[in-house]
Amino acid sequence: MSTESPPTSTAPESAAAEDRATARPADDLTQQVYDSPKELAIKYALGACALVSVFTTLGIAAVLVIESIPFFQEVALTEFFGSAEWTPQFSEKHFGIWALLSGTILVTVISAVVALPIGLASAIYISEYAADGVRRVLKPGLELLAGVPTVVYGYFALTFVTPLLQAVVPGLGVYNALSAGIVVGIMIVPMVASLSEDALQAVPDSLSGAAYALGATKFETVLRVNVPAAFSGIMASFILAVSRAIGETMIVTLAAGASPKMTLDPTQSIQTMTAFIVQVSKGDTPQGTIVYQSIFAVGLVLFLITLAMNIFATRITQRYQEKY
Amino acid sequence: MPTDMPNDNPRPDSSPDMDETVSDSAPEPVSANGQADPDDAAAAPPKADPSVRPKIEIQDLNFWYTDTHALKGITMNVKPHQVTALIGPSGCGKSTLLRCLNRMNELIDGTTLEGDIQVDGQDIYAPDTDPVMVRRRIGMVFQKPNPFPKTIYKNVAWGAQINGYTGDMDDLVERSLRQAALWDEVKDQLHSSALNLSGGQQQRLCIARTLAVQPDVVLMDEPASALDPIATSKIEETITELKSDYTIVIVTHNMQQASRISDETAFLYMGRLVEMNPTEKLFTRPEKDRTEAYVTGRFG
Repeated sequence: MSTESPPTSTAPESAAAEDRATARPADDLTQQVYDSPKELAIKYALGACALVSVFTTLGIAAVLVIESIPFFQEVALTEFFGSAEWTPQFSEKHFGIWALLSGTILVTVISAVVALPIGLASAIYISEYAADGVRRVLKPGLELLAGVPTVVYGYFALTFVTPLLQAVVPGLGVYNALSAGIVVGIMIVPMVASLSEDALQAVPDSLSGAAYALGATKFETVLRVNVPAAFSGIMASFILAVSRAIGETMIVTLAAGASPKMTLDPTQSIQTMTAFIVQVSKGDTPQGTIVYQSIFAVGLVLFLITLAMNIFATRITQRYQEKY
Repeated sequence: MPTDMPNDNPRPDSSPDMDETVSDSAPEPVSANGQADPDDAAAAPPKADPSVRPKIEIQDLNFWYTDTHALKGITMNVKPHQVTALIGPSGCGKSTLLRCLNRMNELIDGTTLEGDIQVDGQDIYAPDTDPVMVRRRIGMVFQKPNPFPKTIYKNVAWGAQINGYTGDMDDLVERSLRQAALWDEVKDQLHSSALNLSGGQQQRLCIARTLAVQPDVVLMDEPASALDPIATSKIEETITELKSDYTIVIVTHNMQQASRISDETAFLYMGRLVEMNPTEKLFTRPEKDRTEAYVTGRFG
């Protein structure tokens, strides 16, 4: 570009253009900037970081599978999936995963019943109803709840919620699935609320505007426009929260008991898969014994359940999402 | 203001009641919505006679966004069964004025409104007037097509459904789509997503969706500004046809469009109404210098 004849547009613009043109010599177009070593180094460094999580997941899966093999050489799959008893410490050993699995399912279902409605309702309130001032208090409050260590929740379940429940439910033992489930639910409420709120916020205002202009009330707008449009995000928050409940360890170890049994009665003392893994890991179970190996088999089942939930969630999301 | 008109018309008994409070309750049965009721039809203002009492009367309207005084003492009337265009440069308050007419502005935090807006003699900002009822009677089409991410059918049926429409929904959907001149193009794909339609089709779907609620007034906020010329001319044809059944207020940036489709035009500038006159007069023999400067393209 010639600097002698600046374009005849507005004065400040052409002055700036002139400055730039005189301050810098013409670019060498063959200079390699796009593929410079620096650009490439950054690209590979970022890629390596992205791969860390992938390799970790693969590593965990590999360890679980490899370590489970000796276990399944001793214990038949029919026993593992067919028996309802889990008695690795007894002289007559049984390894029926259902005894642990039912404990996990019980706690997870109770927590989901607590957390999904409360979490979604909180998200809707914060995103659609709350005034700015209220929102500024509520959101950090919820996030604070997410920061409470789970061991504190465990004590809360054991020393506060259980006595409270005992006043209402006659014959409720000190250790029970109900109290643990409720507290796990409380623990995952912030996760549901926060992620669902993000999803609701992301719905364009033009959609709710259209609903209001058609004479919809606030609740009709939220329930029939915003929630369906945010469905995929809400579903993701549910799945993430439920996966978290399945994997939750400390609360159930402290409050749900250590007696694996196949039951759907929430007043019973149970043991979840995670609590069993803790019990064996922290104890003096010698490495190489069948009991020690069993925790890898249990871990593998946990892993597969979470994986299945993720796949399920993706399917559901694809099927029902309203893309905007 | 040049268009000051007396504002003491008696309140007609036949106006649908907007005092009902529905915000927190289930939708009312549709009779409140003036749906195809023979009595209502008989009591509707006579068509093709623009000299009857105004459909909308705006008296000394002031509006603020937090600290910005967006509308300053607007007084004007909108006649029934006419297309009234609001024109003016960007930021003159024409969209704000439009959104005051169905109380959409109150959805924005920190806004204040003073003054009086009456529709069929009923104060739509009266304390006992419910904004939801106002919006059922005064529909709105937005600048950018904003169909719901649902099927074409559900888009049209949505508003009618929440308003408790009990008639034949298929029939209503077809009728609304026909009125919006979209039926022939979409009749074979009613159950596919509205988002597969072109921009112009989406906008006509939004018009159909608005009509399905059976309002008497349709507000349009630059409905063709995001569309190509062919889609625009289809929308304009649709608007002209809708005039016989509805009162239409349209905001437009495009002066040719205003002159093509509107009966009356209001020119706003910096939050004030400069001039309102029959469209032909406003464009050919404007009363105010500023109007002339704007319509002849000397500024804006």
